Amino acid sequence: MKKSPKIALIGNPNAGKSSLFNSLTGLRQKTGNFPGVTMDKLIGKWKLETGDEAEILDLPGIYSIYPKSMDEQVVINILANPKHPDYPDLAIVVADASNLKRNLLLFSQVRDLGIPTVLALNMIDVAENQGVVINSVKLARELNVEIAEVNAKKGIGLNGLRLAVNKTLASGYNSNDSLPMSYSKELVEEIKEKYGDTDDYHALLWLSEHDNLRQFNTQQRVGFDALQEKYGWITQEAQSKETMARYAQLNEIVDNCLHEMPVEEEPVNTWTDRLDKIFLHRFWGYFIFLGILFIVFQAIFTWATYPMDLIDGGIASLNEFLKTQLPDSKLTDLLTDGLISGIGGVLIFIPQIAFLFLFISLLEETGYMSRVMFIMDKLMRRFGLSGKSVVPLISSIACAVPAIMSTRSISSWKDRLITIMVTPLMSCSARLPIYTVLIALVVPETSSLFGIFNLQGVALFALYLLGFFVALFSAWIMKLLLKVQERSYFIMELPSYKGPRFSHVAITILNSTKAFVFEAGKIIVAISIVLWVLASYGPGDAIEQAEIKVKAENPTLSGIELDNKIASQKLENSYAGVFGKVIEPAIKPLGYDWKIGIALITSFAAREVFVGTMSTIYSLGGEVDDENSTVMNRMRAEINPATGKPMYDTALGFSLLIFYAFAMQCMSTLAVTYRETKSWKYPAIQLFYMTGLAYISAFIVYQVLK
Amino acid sequence: MKTKPMKTIADLKIGERGVIVNFTDQGLSLKLLEMGCLPGTQVTMTHIAPFGDPIAVKVSGYVLSMRLNEASTIVVA
Ligand SMILES: Nc1nc2c(ncn2[C@@H]2O[C@H](COP(=O)(O)OP(=O)(O)OP(=O)(O)O)[C@@H](O)[C@H]2O)c(=O)[nH]1
Ligand SMILES: [Mg+2]
Repeated sequence: MKKSPKIALIGNPNAGKSSLFNSLTGLRQKTGNFPGVTMDKLIGKWKLETGDEAEILDLPGIYSIYPKSMDEQVVINILANPKHPDYPDLAIVVADASNLKRNLLLFSQVRDLGIPTVLALNMIDVAENQGVVINSVKLARELNVEIAEVNAKKGIGLNGLRLAVNKTLASGYNSNDSLPMSYSKELVEEIKEKYGDTDDYHALLWLSEHDNLRQFNTQQRVGFDALQEKYGWITQEAQSKETMARYAQLNEIVDNCLHEMPVEEEPVNTWTDRLDKIFLHRFWGYFIFLGILFIVFQAIFTWATYPMDLIDGGIASLNEFLKTQLPDSKLTDLLTDGLISGIGGVLIFIPQIAFLFLFISLLEETGYMSRVMFIMDKLMRRFGLSGKSVVPLISSIACAVPAIMSTRSISSWKDRLITIMVTPLMSCSARLPIYTVLIALVVPETSSLFGIFNLQGVALFALYLLGFFVALFSAWIMKLLLKVQERSYFIMELPSYKGPRFSHVAITILNSTKAFVFEAGKIIVAISIVLWVLASYGPGDAIEQAEIKVKAENPTLSGIELDNKIASQKLENSYAGVFGKVIEPAIKPLGYDWKIGIALITSFAAREVFVGTMSTIYSLGGEVDDENSTVMNRMRAEINPATGKPMYDTALGFSLLIFYAFAMQCMSTLAVTYRETKSWKYPAIQLFYMTGLAYISAFIVYQVLK
Repeated sequence: MKTKPMKTIADLKIGERGVIVNFTDQGLSLKLLEMGCLPGTQVTMTHIAPFGDPIAVKVSGYVLSMRLNEASTIVVA
């Protein structure tokens, strides 16, 4: 036995592999109650009975070893290739006990690949709720395998699993049954001769899936095609026959080991059935979904205000305190105006972002996500998407990067590509701070819709919906442009509803929020420092000249007023000011001045720096008294020199909102689009069409509202 | 030659049952088989989405959704 065996978790989508992985390794792999959560492999460590540490591999779910989508290919590429670095020494097949027969199909295939296998029976509680009882001792005997009953979510039964794994590792491969279907021995021998010695089932797998297997080069693939021709092998037919043969065997075994409590004719009315009557209702289904979304955005705007005000006040007083305590120097300015302002810009949005993550995590954990896919499929298809596009679109409310990865479960390449292209139009959490600040500037806080709904909350909701509809519209255009005819399907399991574990949800929120703050924080700190330097120094002696000039031009001014004038002249003559001035002509039609221009430049790589930049610019641009110390107040106090009225009026506010809603300002998204499409063409198109769309729409909005 | 159109899952009403006989689309049949839609299995229509498509059926103890054009490739009796 190897010192550190590799153990792969294999199973149907949504069987609980990632939950088990988390229970075994103590890690926090993402879980969710819909098929297709895990999209790539993840490795963790698990201590075995012998004291050795096993490497545990969590993988995407598969229904069979014949892949239909990209996430499934990840798994098959490992299982089909015994020389693969991740090829397991043992497979734990995680089976959903409430759906035993279908789960055992995969089990029987994995075992026939010659991999020592343990069966982990999961979701026994769900099965029991449906009135299904499994005799696992008998099942173990009939299948000739070690079985462990577990509850992956609660982490129950891990010791039993450990024992089963240990036994199986010690005894090695535990089956010598022949394959259930008939096939040509001659063909298999010829494959082995040409492509290396292996077992019969691997040889057949190679033959039928060679196009999906990275272990073979083009020449080898041509060789397989020739073999198929020679022996009249039709993959489709062979795989169907095999599947039927396996089910025929399993039918008997399962019937012997499974007791259904109620009689066949009287199915139990489970919670899931009852809830689905409401959530999948032909008419109310949509209303309920919209209603849920609406409430979430109301909550984000109203409930989150209280903790936000606290944090905001705290940061402002910290800044004031530091300014009075520390010696008046450039370094102090960098700390207060540069760093703390910038970081504070993110910190105050923690409550809102946590709310957003709470909502998404409930949507994912309860099983409602699959229902949304179901009711949206028809609508989405009209626009060139698929019901499965709902997952990326919704999860990009948090962040487009994992959202784009989650498109891997969409089997049609065309549907998948269109989904990838439009997903970044959904408003991600990095846009939330921008929306909040700008909405607060242009939508009055006191007004309400019908006397109950907070109008700012309504505006926020409207922006998210706008992102969604523009995504649909763009998808529709791409559908017209892409002339590929490809079959897509929507054969998908609707899992039973499951109550979320609140500790899980809490940890998920904590981790995602932490990740957001740290990721955004890193970028913001870096850009804040650079920005501060660029805003404090200028070409030649322009900065010093500015002060002299202001003093000469305004001999009567003194005190705060003079300081403000000097500060803003200095900023205008700094490097940052110069850059802002350079792009000012291009953005003037949208209503933006050079200060906003600076923010546009800094948020080019990551839009989350917008608020931080604003607060740095406006705190550098003038001394402030206590009352004006938050970003929002500073922006509110800004006067448009041309009109003498407040700078951030309705026209500018909405123009900026629209710009940030549509513009592609995220390097990470472009990078992941490149990775998932394997071509620079698509991120380039994304960059141009989104930014173009942003520019044109902001232009129209400004010109109309002006 | 005109035969009586075959009844498929797409023709079932909510609550109605049928037993799978065979598939008319070989390309889809493998996926359906793997999902537990085997000839001889009983299916019950359980949900129809707004706008009539997709639909969901109960088959071998779980709920499976599919589009109408996919459902119409599964002949039932
Ligand atoms: N009731 C119950 N729920 C469980 C159990 N194990 C897992 N779950 C829940 O089942 C859902 C699916 O779990 P995951 O671990 O994400 O499933 P997965 O197999 O990794 O799914 P994919 O990554 O999509 O292939 C989650 O909502 C879990 O909380 C269990 O034993 N009982
Ligand atoms: Mg998973």
